[in-house]
Amino acid sequence: MAQGAQSRRGGNDWLREALPKLVLSPSLAMVLIFVYGFIIFTFYLSFTDSRILPSFDLVGWENYSKLFRIRAWDTAITNLLIFGSLYIVICCALGLALAILLDQKIRAEGFIRTVYLYPMALSFIVTGTAWKWFLDPGIGLQAVIRSWGWESFTFDWIKDGDMAIYTIVIAAVWQTSGFVMAMFLAGLRGIDNEVLKAAQIDGASNIALYRRIVIPQLRPAFMSAFVVLAHMAIKSYDLVIALTGGGPGTSTEVPATFMYSYTFTRNQMGIGAASATIMLMAIAAIMVPYIYSELREKS
Amino acid sequence: MSSNATATVVRTGAGSRFVIYTLLALFCLYYLLPLYVMVVNSLKPLSEIQAGGMMSLPDVWTIAPWASAWSTAQIGVEATGLRPFFWNSIVMVVPAVAISTVLGALNGYVLTKWRFRGDTIIFGLLLFGCFIPFQMVLIPMARMLGIVGLAGTVPGLVFVHLVYGIGFSTLYFRNYYQQFPTELVRAAMIDGAGFFTIFRRIMLPSSGPIAVVCVIWQFTNIWNDFLFGASFSDFDSQPMTVALNNLVQSSTGVKEYNVHFAGAIMAALPTLLVYIVAGRYFVRGLMAGSVKG
Amino acid sequence: MGFLDIKNATKSYGAVKVLHETDISIEEGEFLVLVGPSGCGKSTLLNMIAGLEEITTGDIAIKGQSMAGVRPADRNIAMVFQSYALYPNMNVGQNIVFGLEMHGVPKPERDTAMNKVADLLQIKHLLDRKPGQLSGGQRQRVAMGRALVRDPDVFLFDEPLSNLDAKLRVDMRTEIKKLHQKLKTTIVYVTHDQIEALTLSTRIAVMFGGHVQQLGTPKEVYDNPANMFVAGFMGSPSMNLFPARIAVENGKAVAKAKLADGQDATLPFPDARGFERHDGREIVLGLRPEAITDRDGADRNSQSVHVIEAHVDITEPAGSDTFVGTQMGGKEVTGRFRADVDVHPGQTFPFAINMEKAVAFDPETEKRVS
Repeated sequence: MAQGAQSRRGGNDWLREALPKLVLSPSLAMVLIFVYGFIIFTFYLSFTDSRILPSFDLVGWENYSKLFRIRAWDTAITNLLIFGSLYIVICCALGLALAILLDQKIRAEGFIRTVYLYPMALSFIVTGTAWKWFLDPGIGLQAVIRSWGWESFTFDWIKDGDMAIYTIVIAAVWQTSGFVMAMFLAGLRGIDNEVLKAAQIDGASNIALYRRIVIPQLRPAFMSAFVVLAHMAIKSYDLVIALTGGGPGTSTEVPATFMYSYTFTRNQMGIGAASATIMLMAIAAIMVPYIYSELREKS
Repeated sequence: MSSNATATVVRTGAGSRFVIYTLLALFCLYYLLPLYVMVVNSLKPLSEIQAGGMMSLPDVWTIAPWASAWSTAQIGVEATGLRPFFWNSIVMVVPAVAISTVLGALNGYVLTKWRFRGDTIIFGLLLFGCFIPFQMVLIPMARMLGIVGLAGTVPGLVFVHLVYGIGFSTLYFRNYYQQFPTELVRAAMIDGAGFFTIFRRIMLPSSGPIAVVCVIWQFTNIWNDFLFGASFSDFDSQPMTVALNNLVQSSTGVKEYNVHFAGAIMAALPTLLVYIVAGRYFVRGLMAGSVKG
Repeated sequence: MGFLDIKNATKSYGAVKVLHETDISIEEGEFLVLVGPSGCGKSTLLNMIAGLEEITTGDIAIKGQSMAGVRPADRNIAMVFQSYALYPNMNVGQNIVFGLEMHGVPKPERDTAMNKVADLLQIKHLLDRKPGQLSGGQRQRVAMGRALVRDPDVFLFDEPLSNLDAKLRVDMRTEIKKLHQKLKTTIVYVTHDQIEALTLSTRIAVMFGGHVQQLGTPKEVYDNPANMFVAGFMGSPSMNLFPARIAVENGKAVAKAKLADGQDATLPFPDARGFERHDGREIVLGLRPEAITDRDGADRNSQSVHVIEAHVDITEPAGSDTFVGTQMGGKEVTGRFRADVDVHPGQTFPFAINMEKAVAFDPETEKRVS
């Protein structure tokens, strides 16, 4: 066997050495071109006077200064802040509460977990459709309760420009909170039971136990939940389209819908590109430190 | 998820247990309510819904809304029902999932067992690619698909989903293969196995669990996608989610809520089925996408 | 030139040098053990021999042929891993012949070879099982079978016994030794267990901090450690090391060490060690526990047994022996007494010290003084 060693060296050697990199290279090339190349392209477009088609004539920061003078963008940012913060806070609070409740040796835990989590398997378009008609004052909750005899009952947020953004929060929380619950539940199951026993022997009440011992240990789960939810909030597009279509008027516009309509229906590609760039910056601000710390821990 | 891990040692009294069970049951109702609404209203005539009977069981049971949603409902300008778009989604999902999973497995194998200088940076680049707002690539991708003649076609959508799916499938396999003992690979090297032989004979036979997770994740994600479908498909090539949205948003005529609900269930059925059959893996996939390691 | 030559080999990861210039040459049929604490570079050296890690500088040659650029599969080596590294999806038989299959050996020959090895290791009844269904000891056998079937030039063992429980470890150690005596194969064996090193090897390389501290036969390493690290690492309980001073009395060299009562014990070195020229030098004196005994337990063949009276701090009966602690040069010192000696803490008791076995080290360089 070793006799062949010498003769087998040579041309084959190079291929053998390079093979792993060759296997990786198509994926890397795709990502470099279609993610990073395209990011650079869009970034470049955000400094050009592109309208219906890409143009390569630079106009400096004009698109950005225009962007921040557009009322709809202002609405989109405000909505994102309202939606994002409520979505993250409610999902975390609800998820944590449900996880703690479900961690108390519950009989039908498997079934309950399945029920809490299934919305995550649905498309936002499906979720949006279901909630759209359920919240519709004409046929949904309001109509039903009125038909039960409470004639003055009113719940028409989805038709109300000031309140419509909160219906998006309701639907989004419905879809994602079960998943956050699962993240916290996994975190709870990772806590050393001996520590809890020790605290009980030290005389800690259940509330003190959770407040002082358990919840502080869930930091990593909080971190992950925050990153996932924040990134979903910034990217959320489908749900808004399906639930309100950005309306009434532009009252539920978010950056993702703004970008789409300015680029593809209003033919303001330069401004669309600028808004996409700002979305990317927001996501990068959250994801880059997270990915960096995850990869550093590993190596 | 660690479903076999033991629950907490915290003890609760009978009174508080009653409260806990009540709360948990109420939340079950909360999560099930929209599904209930979808199902019951897809089985009743439109008039019952219009009369404010959304919450009640049908007086008259009918599958007409389902039939309509499937084959005759007005989608955009044509009365095709959702059927052709359901097939579009199937034809789009299958190759995109298959190819991205295979590539992810090979990438994960290289990144853990054939490490080289700079591999962590490459992985970081792949990983960040999963999380970018896709608005950032819509314009150039639309241009490129137009140039190569894939604009408005199902293969074009397959390509797009493949490109933006590789990051996640690589993430799954990399994290899984990281736990796979490197000594086995070294033993196989000494035994004389080469790069692909080791992958096929040693790694792949042990990759079942993560392959299931990856396939489920990719399937759910691609099936449920709306943005790419809305951006890069024509009427003939639009996937199920886009068609459903067109059905629901169409402003002409009477709003057939029961048909909408039936259509929504159709669009949800494949992923719901996957979730019910392989829920354990589904959750594991969700978790791996966020909490790594 | 030997059968396996490690010539001035080094290994660095970036700026960190994990293996310093190493020269080892062994003959065909030798059993070389690389022993040292974790992080000493022993596994790195083994992986370099296997070709699993690149050599930074220097060379490794097997049968006179440089292994530079030769991939592991072409080196005609076999390796037994710490975790056994059995392929979980293949049964025992498939595991054993996988290497032959990869090298293009036809099936009938593979089966013959497999049956021969299975007979030798008494694992014939396990051939159809999956690794997951085997006990630790059985896995260990299969891993060895996988190596043996290749009939390689050199066997490499990477801590093969460390995952077994204590009793099984001793049994397998004996079995490996028997196998080596029977098959006369060349073996390089990595362990952190100094007893394995002493019992198995024909030669030992004691490693620490990326350096080979000493290369020699088990007896050389045990009796004549090159430095304080080797002295302390090899042997259990480890060698007593305590400060002393060389003096010349009546023309003969003696070691002076303080006892617990503040008195100096005077321990004459045997003649012809030439320590007279070190008059007044501070040293670290090394005495193995078996060189500190009760009066009747002392080595009758030794010409240099000296008895001193010392305070007994502690006694630890260990069945076959009793370990007795006292103080010398301000350090805890342990002697190995016969089990039936009637000795109790608090007593002042005669300790018989065999100075033929004494070694001296320089306290600064920690190297052997001769």
